[in-house]
Amino acid sequence: MGEKIKETAVIISQEEISEDIYSMWIKTKASKTAKPGQFVALYCNDGSRMLPRPISICEIDKEKEALRLVYRVVGKGTDEFSKYHAGAEVDVMGPLGNGFPMERAEGKKALLIGGGIGVPPIVELAKQLKAEEKNIVAGYRNLLFLEEELKKNGSFYPATEDGSAGVKGTVIDAIKENNIDADVIFACGPTPMLRALKEYAEEKNIEAWISMEEKMACGIGACLACVCKTKEKDEHTNVNNARICKEGPVFNAEEVEL
Amino acid sequence: MNTSVNLAGVTLKNPVMTASGTFGSGAEYSEFVDLNKLGAVVTKGVANVPWPGNPTPRIAEVYGGMLNAIGLQNPGIDVFMNRDIPFLKQYDTKIIVNVCGKTTEDYCDVVEKLADTEVDLLEINISCPNVKEGGIAFGQNAKSIEAITKEVKKYAKQPIIMKLSPNVTDITEMAKAAEAGGADVLSLINTLTGMKIDVERQKFAIANKTGGLSGPAVKPVAVRMVYQVANAVNVPIIGMGGICNAEDALEFILAGATAVSVGTANFSNPCTTAEVVAGIEDYMRRHNVEDIKDLIGLVK
Repeated sequence: MGEKIKETAVIISQEEISEDIYSMWIKTKASKTAKPGQFVALYCNDGSRMLPRPISICEIDKEKEALRLVYRVVGKGTDEFSKYHAGAEVDVMGPLGNGFPMERAEGKKALLIGGGIGVPPIVELAKQLKAEEKNIVAGYRNLLFLEEELKKNGSFYPATEDGSAGVKGTVIDAIKENNIDADVIFACGPTPMLRALKEYAEEKNIEAWISMEEKMACGIGACLACVCKTKEKDEHTNVNNARICKEGPVFNAEEVEL
Repeated sequence: MNTSVNLAGVTLKNPVMTASGTFGSGAEYSEFVDLNKLGAVVTKGVANVPWPGNPTPRIAEVYGGMLNAIGLQNPGIDVFMNRDIPFLKQYDTKIIVNVCGKTTEDYCDVVEKLADTEVDLLEINISCPNVKEGGIAFGQNAKSIEAITKEVKKYAKQPIIMKLSPNVTDITEMAKAAEAGGADVLSLINTLTGMKIDVERQKFAIANKTGGLSGPAVKPVAVRMVYQVANAVNVPIIGMGGICNAEDALEFILAGATAVSVGTANFSNPCTTAEVVAGIEDYMRRHNVEDIKDLIGLVK
């Protein structure tokens, strides 16, 4: 991309929008070039935590030069972030990665799928994507979040593990029960969900773009920590491994092995 | 003010370089750091053939550092020579290529291929398991260190840096063995073997079970080892292990290091290397130090 920056961002707002799920708007120049599906690296202020946390971009506000980051508290780093109040500062690097290839949806029936903490990047994608039809399937454990934002930008079909909202089961169950057909799929979520979607897309012969996740260190493609297996030899690494932070996080499902 | 240092006849404009494996071949970091400002760029380890590396997760954060078991994934020497060396030649900095291998022949193969390139120094990573000796790392036995150093020197046209493993009983014994084998420079420390268990999931945090510990958590061990080695051998030393700022770098220099490498701190701040260069200059001004060489091994 060539336009990534590292700077100290100011927190505009912070709120808990669901159990352990936080929404934080930050003012950063990284918003200028950010695209749906890209992510930022957030650095902890506590120096004992050396590594940045990769956090997906949920919304982009270019006018206010702001990014919305919606994240789940899963450890000490994200717990630290959740305690920041408006006005506090956080170091950020971004935007990182490649984002969703939105041009693949033009004039087509697009199916957008988010699972768990993979739901947030689907919000900005749904806002910006130009498609003939936009269906959005979101899978949750039980409590829904970001559903209002998603409803505004497409037909929304939730799935919950306990059946408390929408279809009881997985995102695949929701696709089948609602008879949603698609020409192209964009998805972000846990690996088991992506694995099931890859299989589903291959069976139905649907083009699918999936956003992957792995433990990262540098975030810019230097350290080779966050690789995924690829079907063909990767051009940069010269082995069957691609860098999720650089060539990804979004890959054509056919090109990666899960 | 003179910040230049000399490593086996190669003059570096300043003592600050990158630690192998944390900086790729510089391309990714060149978006954040002016590579012209660095004494040298030390590349990620390269082998005679491409290595796919270990399964993921390959890293885990620990208090004050991280564990890594990347498995030395690399594209192989041929791609490296066609792509990475020309990239680095665009900059006014010295090029140090880190070399890894599974057998002595693997190392020699790479060293021979690099002999006629515009690479300034070679750093030999002897923390790799020697597959012909039951997987014990070359760097964990004084005899094998001396032997591999001698072999590599037969093929090398550039000065050789032997990178020492800290996972040994007496680091000075290993340093002396490398010196006896003809090493021109020593670098230390490589990572300390560690382990982390994810208590909630009741699993190892990284797929390889063990990984190399790096970051500020290892710095006091590294400073101690640099001091000991500086007092045991006559070749220059590149010190590394948890350097995050100029103060850390100066600690190594005062302990006896001629140059220093920044590793894990590149991950917490991609601009660390350039900041360390500026910080050392600032220190020299504050302490009226005319020549950085006057600081090397000053603390006895």
